[in-house]
Amino acid sequence: MLQNSKEKIVIKDLNFFYNDFQALKNIDLKVPAEKITALIGPSGCGKSTFLRTLNRMNDLIDCTKVKGEVLIDGHNIYQKGLDVVELRKQIGMVFQDPNPFPKSIYDNVAYGPKAHGIKNKEVLDQIVEDSLKAAALWDEVKDRLDKSAMDISGGQQQRLCIARALAVNPDILLMDEPTSALDPIATAKIEELIKDLKEDYTIVIVTHSMQQAARVSDYTAFFLLGEVIEHGPTEKIFERPADERTEDYITGRFG
Amino acid sequence: MTDNLKQKLGFGILRLSTWLILFILFIILYDIISKGIGVISWEFLTTAPRSGMTEGGIWPAVIGTVLVTMITALFAVPIGVFAAIYLNEYASQGKLTRTIRMAIRNLAGVPSIVYGLFGLALFVKNLGLGTSVLSAGLTLGLLTLPVTITASEEALKSVPNSYRHGSLALGVSKWHTIRHNVLPNAIPGILTGAILGLSRAAGETAPILFTGAAFFLPRIPDSLGSQFMALPYHLYILSTQHHSIGVVRPIAYGTAFVLIVLVLILNLVAIFIRYRFRKNLSK
Amino acid sequence: MTDLRLEQEEIEISKKDKLTKYKEKGLKIFFLLNGILAIIVLAGIFYLLLSEGLPTFEEVSIREFFTSFRWNPTSRNPGYGILSLVISTLAVTIGALLFSVPVGIAAAAYLAEVARPKEREILKPVIEILASIPSVVIGFLGIVLLGPIIARTFGLSNGLNVINGSILLGVMALPTIISISEDAISAVPKEYKEASLALGTNRWHTLVKVTIPAALSGITAAIMLGMGRAIGETMAVLMATGNAPAVPRSIFSSIRTMTATIAIELGEVPFNTTHYHSLFAIGAVLFVMTFLVNLVSDLVLHKYGEGE
Repeated sequence: MLQNSKEKIVIKDLNFFYNDFQALKNIDLKVPAEKITALIGPSGCGKSTFLRTLNRMNDLIDCTKVKGEVLIDGHNIYQKGLDVVELRKQIGMVFQDPNPFPKSIYDNVAYGPKAHGIKNKEVLDQIVEDSLKAAALWDEVKDRLDKSAMDISGGQQQRLCIARALAVNPDILLMDEPTSALDPIATAKIEELIKDLKEDYTIVIVTHSMQQAARVSDYTAFFLLGEVIEHGPTEKIFERPADERTEDYITGRFG
Repeated sequence: MTDNLKQKLGFGILRLSTWLILFILFIILYDIISKGIGVISWEFLTTAPRSGMTEGGIWPAVIGTVLVTMITALFAVPIGVFAAIYLNEYASQGKLTRTIRMAIRNLAGVPSIVYGLFGLALFVKNLGLGTSVLSAGLTLGLLTLPVTITASEEALKSVPNSYRHGSLALGVSKWHTIRHNVLPNAIPGILTGAILGLSRAAGETAPILFTGAAFFLPRIPDSLGSQFMALPYHLYILSTQHHSIGVVRPIAYGTAFVLIVLVLILNLVAIFIRYRFRKNLSK
Repeated sequence: MTDLRLEQEEIEISKKDKLTKYKEKGLKIFFLLNGILAIIVLAGIFYLLLSEGLPTFEEVSIREFFTSFRWNPTSRNPGYGILSLVISTLAVTIGALLFSVPVGIAAAAYLAEVARPKEREILKPVIEILASIPSVVIGFLGIVLLGPIIARTFGLSNGLNVINGSILLGVMALPTIISISEDAISAVPKEYKEASLALGTNRWHTLVKVTIPAALSGITAAIMLGMGRAIGETMAVLMATGNAPAVPRSIFSSIRTMTATIAIELGEVPFNTTHYHSLFAIGAVLFVMTFLVNLVSDLVLHKYGEGE
């Protein structure tokens, strides 16, 4: 089904447990490079948990266990001795609620590069500008880069968080319901941005809105009770779902 | 009696109890301030006691208290913050963490005189530090530790997790995240707790009785190894151990006044920082 | 975007990766050691109290120590019985609780359920100020203010006695009792109160019949912690209870508590004498008493909230 595109992330028989509760069951999935893959499903289906297994953010929760493999560019990110910090440099993440740091707009974007050892002011300036431009925020904030990031609007904050993620130069972007806290206009802007970003990034987006999945994504995976029921090109999932449960969900018969 | 009347009466009793406590506080402050303020003069604050402590001032006691409180701060604040960083940022739930927390809660309940015994046995006797500013400061430091740990942990807890996750997701290391994105936001809370803990240490008497406080020493300590006078101990001496208690009563009131003012100022600073901090957080 | 990427690839990022990893591990261990220090100090206190206190029993029988009323280590025929000291400690502690428990819980209920938010915002820091008054100042006032009042009221030669110490200790235990009780009362789920109010009962009835019973475990913990403070308090009782190591006959008797005995005598005894050791033995008994009281309150408070 996906033979024509290069695979960026390959998930093989992935299982995930919170204590005794199995949140993900036997996930097999291939995420194509430089495309947008949407993860949909009713709340509690495991789509956000799955997203967080891709950059090992779930490591931060006590009493969790992972079985299976996640290969990024062919390398298993769960292999022993892997440096999680290095891994996360490669993979940007945008959270459900905009979470700017209580710093200036400039310092938010420069935070990652600075932490990774870039000290040269000119280089930092350039990165901040390029990242903000790439996140379609530059024109709105270029005159007030030293203002607190807490004082801009929610939609701007979310684009700032995207810029912050881009600034460390990842090749994958994970987005966890990035527009659920935003109004429709801000949502439209972010969706526009996401579509532009796929030229350079492999994007995986969790969304609770099927319309959003249909609007922005190239591929869609449908999650239910911790399992992938169906995945494939978005068009096919929405127009000719193979599984009855997918059809039920898409036509709004449950969840 | 109708239900309404009962409620009026009941709430009245609750209000009265609260007022009683305010009244007690008022009496305490009023008595010390009204009888102490007349004694205060530049000379009282800046000269040493004279003529068997019946004349002169309290300068060595002021300096002694400040010095010993500084030692306490240097010891208790860093360790308190470090321990809190472990508990809030690194510790996973388990037996060890539970034991550490239980130990901290129990340390908070150990009587101050027992800290005095411990300080005497450990610092003065076994480690050979003698009765000194250092021994007393370290003893008070141990006593303050539960306060600084608990306050620092509260402060760290109040920093939203999204700051941590946002930073970690950028591939920033854990320590860098804590150092640059968590600690700066916890500093006001840590400061508030530290100041409150230190104000309590500054007013303590029992832990310094045998670890370094001197009955009468009309000069400021010349090193961390020497004994010192301290405001609370001086007040104790003047009010119970002096041969002419009646004569030195005004000096005792003056000492109590200075001690109370010192503690109140520290508390007000702490309350002010916390108030500013809350306002900033809610923004 | 490609520009950005090329540029960043050109940037020399310091080769710190391996080093960072060791640094991260080292820091974690460093912080852990600071945390473990709490356990070491607690264990160290107990160990030193025992190792300095146990030699007492080379000369004094355990039975005498715990069951004799006669404490007189400096006599030619020394007595090392701590029973009168223990009873004195318990007497002022109970006296303190008789006063501070009802007043403290009433004030806590007022703060949590009756006071308007503005009022509460002012009252809470004010009560915290009471907690910050040094015990030596409270003891001083026991001598110069409360003592004379008690002496005059009851026609005594002096007012330094059980009742004086009890009142002072009560005042000092109040902030602890209030703050923890208030937390407990505030933590009662709103649904309980609303369910009661919806049945047409008024706020007072709800407070007495629903809210306070629901907060009882927290209030118990508050009382235990207040009690721990009262047992361990030194300066106030040392200064205001008359300094007489005897079993109290009435609330007007002069007494001397365990803490006061240590405070008064330890400064004057030579190291490693039986007298010296016996004061550490008293300290050990005191430590065990407060430890048990705190442990009970700890168990009550953290029974359900182990995860915190």
